[in-house]
Amino acid sequence: MNDYLLKLYITGQTPRSVQAVRNLERICKEKLKGQYRMVVIDVLERPQLAEDEKILATPTLIKELPSPLRRIIGDLSDTEKVLLGLDLLMVSESAHAKGDRE
Amino acid sequence: MTEQLQEQPVLEKLATGIPGFDSLAVGGLTKGRATLLSGTAGSAKTVFAAQFLAEGIRGPGEAGVFITFEESPADIRRNMLGFGWDIAKWEEEGKWAFVDASPQPAEEAAIEAGKYDLGALMARIENAVRETDAKRVSVDSLGAIFTQFADAHMVRAELFRIATVLKQLNVTSILTAERAEEFGPISRYGVEEFVADNVIVLRNALEAEKRRRTVEILKFRGTNHQKGEYPFTVMPGQGIIVIPLSAIELSQKSSDNRVTSGSPEMDKMCGGGFFRDSVILVSGATGCGKTLMVTEFANGGAAMGEKCLIFAFEESRGQLFRNASGWGVDFEKWENEGRLKVVCAYPESAGLEDHLINMKAVIDEFKPNRIAVDSLSALERVSTIKGFREFVISLTSFIKHQEVAGLFTAVTPTLMGGPSVTETHISTITDSIILLRYVEMFGEVHRGITVLKMRGSAHDKDIREVTIDGSGMHIGEAFSGVTGILSGMPMHVVAGEAERLGEMFGAEVAVRG
Repeated sequence: MNDYLLKLYITGQTPRSVQAVRNLERICKEKLKGQYRMVVIDVLERPQLAEDEKILATPTLIKELPSPLRRIIGDLSDTEKVLLGLDLLMVSESAHAKGDRE
Repeated sequence: MTEQLQEQPVLEKLATGIPGFDSLAVGGLTKGRATLLSGTAGSAKTVFAAQFLAEGIRGPGEAGVFITFEESPADIRRNMLGFGWDIAKWEEEGKWAFVDASPQPAEEAAIEAGKYDLGALMARIENAVRETDAKRVSVDSLGAIFTQFADAHMVRAELFRIATVLKQLNVTSILTAERAEEFGPISRYGVEEFVADNVIVLRNALEAEKRRRTVEILKFRGTNHQKGEYPFTVMPGQGIIVIPLSAIELSQKSSDNRVTSGSPEMDKMCGGGFFRDSVILVSGATGCGKTLMVTEFANGGAAMGEKCLIFAFEESRGQLFRNASGWGVDFEKWENEGRLKVVCAYPESAGLEDHLINMKAVIDEFKPNRIAVDSLSALERVSTIKGFREFVISLTSFIKHQEVAGLFTAVTPTLMGGPSVTETHISTITDSIILLRYVEMFGEVHRGITVLKMRGSAHDKDIREVTIDGSGMHIGEAFSGVTGILSGMPMHVVAGEAERLGEMFGAEVAVRG
């Protein structure tokens, strides 16, 4: 499996920021099993980085590696959407999940 | 009570520097507040927003931040270069900063996984304002941000936050918003107008197959402004120029000095010549001597050492010069001596607003003592009636402010006279009106002239005969025994009748009759 490079842009210690960090840590531990690097960037301290990446919403998670690059916005509480964004949710798996619901 | 009222701090204004706009806004936008600029697609919102920053940099040297939700900074830099605004250079000098929130086309739409806000954008705006020490901020356009996020509620709440942050940063800002119709709701999402203290509407309405740009200040919290729509134009190399109409005050001085009309007989009819700072309207059918009066007017001025400017909208330079020499006037000599300038233009070559601005620019540059426009009515056909009226008022006020003599010609629609649109709109503004009319007598056509109105002076009330030859215009005797010339239906009055009329109205008429 390729190593993941994940950048999480947050604004200070707001509840949403704290929530996003926690959610991401949990998902990474469960699904990536140590094969990732996670960088948390506080845009209040480093606004220029947000400018360079043209980030509007916070929290924003950018999956830089492996390609393709993907943006996920929100506090990451919707685990299924996060997994989809990280390409961790296999197509068969998602179809299966849908089947379960029916 | 009154003292308390006086102690209220007066809202400080920030002059935008956009030509003409500050007089509408009575000094400019309120300092430290947000102004919403609403308009349909193509109503020059982005130009206005960019010019607001550009004029700040060029004038008082205030830095600006441009937050774009729509066009990319690269596009804006390129588009605005045509107005002479070198944004890239200003960016290098730290006077202009972009906050690029435009949609990123190369990427897939972001996946939304949970709640979010626009905290990062807010941090970027604050950062850009602090870094450049900006005094002005433009946001273009608010509506476009709704298309980037699914959660419209969140966007609404965040727009309020952006407005609040801008106020806290103590910057004067312009926020643009797109509207769907020229005379419908102010903005597409119905919230944009609530985030701003002031609302300005730009229109680009189609009226009688012609586009007419106007700007209107709709709401100006806590301060005064001019009401109604004002025309503006977007000029290459200059940007937006607003044409204030009623904002022009009737403050011109009036002069008792007389100048020659170029014809001694005409001067006599006017009681000694035209006033130096007056506007004269010459009305007549085609071919009855209007251009000749313009030629004599210019020649008379040049002979006295004055500078004359002729705007010709009907004839080419060559035709004018040839005609002049036919009447014994050497335009070429005056031009070589710098006393005459002839500007020829097709009325259709530009919109009326553009004509007006071009004319003002020439007047400012040449600084003439007298100005002639031949003919004003040729410009009627490139505009709507309303637009034409505004043009005439604006041109007249401008000329009066220069304290120069102005001679306008107007063509009447029928040979024998009758009113024209030009006359209707201009007659109350002009100081003098001279009528040239054809007079049919015993199967012959003669030309008649009369001074209908001459503000502040006695003048000849007769209708006199005009003859034209190789040395110009000659004014002869009054028509006798004819009535109804002005109504276009001349009738001969037999001698007995004239005498009877003379008795009715007293000795004066009898002598003339």
